[in-house]
Amino acid sequence: MSSKEQKLVRVILNEKYVHEAQGPSIAVKGVTVQYNGTPALDDVSFELERGERVAVVGPNGAGKSTLFKVIAGVLQPTRGQVTLFGSEPQKHICVGYVPQRSQVDLNFPVNVYDVVMMGRIGRLGLLRWPTRRDRQIVQESLELVGMAELASRQIGELSGGQQQRVFIARALAQGAEIMLMDEPLTGLDVNSQEDILRILNELHRRGVTILVATHDLNQAARCFDRVMLLNRRLIALGYPDQVLTSELLWHAYGEQLRLVETKGGVLVFNDTTCSGELE
Amino acid sequence: MIEFINGLLGPLAHPFMVRGLLAALIVGIVCAVLGTYVVLRGMAFLGDALAHTILPGVAVGYLLHGGAREPLFWWGLATGVLTSIGIGAVSLQGQIKEDTAIGVIFAGMFALGIALISTVRSYSVDLAHFLFGNVLAVGPNDLILTAAFGGLVLLLILAFYKELLVVSFDPILAATLRIPSKFFHYLLLVMLAVTIVISLQTVGVGLMVAMLVTPAATSFLLTRRLPAMMAVSMAIGGFSAVAGLYISYYANVASGAAIVLVCTGLFVLAFIFAPRKGALWRALRSR
Repeated sequence: MSSKEQKLVRVILNEKYVHEAQGPSIAVKGVTVQYNGTPALDDVSFELERGERVAVVGPNGAGKSTLFKVIAGVLQPTRGQVTLFGSEPQKHICVGYVPQRSQVDLNFPVNVYDVVMMGRIGRLGLLRWPTRRDRQIVQESLELVGMAELASRQIGELSGGQQQRVFIARALAQGAEIMLMDEPLTGLDVNSQEDILRILNELHRRGVTILVATHDLNQAARCFDRVMLLNRRLIALGYPDQVLTSELLWHAYGEQLRLVETKGGVLVFNDTTCSGELE
Repeated sequence: MIEFINGLLGPLAHPFMVRGLLAALIVGIVCAVLGTYVVLRGMAFLGDALAHTILPGVAVGYLLHGGAREPLFWWGLATGVLTSIGIGAVSLQGQIKEDTAIGVIFAGMFALGIALISTVRSYSVDLAHFLFGNVLAVGPNDLILTAAFGGLVLLLILAFYKELLVVSFDPILAATLRIPSKFFHYLLLVMLAVTIVISLQTVGVGLMVAMLVTPAATSFLLTRRLPAMMAVSMAIGGFSAVAGLYISYYANVASGAAIVLVCTGLFVLAFIFAPRKGALWRALRSR
């Protein structure tokens, strides 16, 4: 870690809201979410360690986005509770939520710098304007994701991968210790995907807990510490080779996924993306 | 040149014209700045509806006070703030689709306003003033109220600049930063109500939405960042108000209509010739 990076980490830690020193970063207990009676999440419970990288996989409509919203404290669960670092989500501003790209109005008159500065607003408080230190943190966050040169570009003029990097930089500027990313890799070319995975590794080294919703089972197996298999209920959470078995995948996806037994292992065809190969 | 300057100074010999110009300038600026949020958040229909729902309040004030002007301001303000909160509650509740709910409330309130005013004998003239404004009737007190409330709206937009930006751009980020989105939703509606009431005499209920939307939309085509969009919108709104009033003076056309037509003309120019976002530019580039 360079001295500059260490400084950024220190800044983030200094600004921590009340966090318990020990224990899991995210604890979800019996969370059920219902939209007009239909369950989006059903009795989901798990705990994540600090600094874990977890891939969240499951078919469309499995409740991945809902789960993220509940963890972020944006959506109140119908039953059950979530605690982050020992207290309820609403007490934290350390949750970085990187939205699906389709959810943001790309014609909005803001440039890259403006978007990243938005991350600082939670720390600034009412009637305060950004100080030199805020500008410095924004600059450092942009450098970390390799977007400093494009700071004055309008967000609509960026490629998909660049937009994702900007939103990651915003979460960094926010001082995120939990990062929730809703399909950040979908629709990106291989190089952009690699860029983002590299940045995620960097965040991992800094102790940020990362949850990534993805359709790419291959990537889930390759780039994450644990995999969460979700289809309204939590079907499995564990090491990739324990979770990505034909039995559990069949249980989660049912008809939506084709499994072919080969000599090398199980071959998986996912309807929503191309195929992925598993050991 | 001298003739042109004399042409500009001539109308200023009349005090009513000076007051009208100042009122129009303030209204043009305040509408244009608040209008950036109306445009970016897609609140144009809401703004139009809110302008119309103020009519019954103004009508009640008009009937109770026998045509005196100043109480109308307060009646309009009270109605505007109440309906803006009502519309806010309806749109957050979400059983009926928002635009449907607004349509129902807006037409009903507007009909009530017309019914009330129609009980008076000088009905058509008075109604025309409410609907299309009568900027030359702005009195000294009206001007002070317009300046005070217009200034308040500008001050609030400045003070809550970063919160309004985040709430408008990315509601989920606003929620994770624990910014009270609902409060700012209502604040915008109340500011919209106040702005509409101070603009009532200048452009009236019927053309209100143009003052909110057109300068901001023009500016949107010309700028790339929100502060610039606000500044350019403000310049367009202020210029249109003053230019429109002069046109109304010399060409003898209705003042509110003249102001709105200047705005619309500028929008058409920007729509065609704006760099990057203009139609001509895009056509040339796609060739």
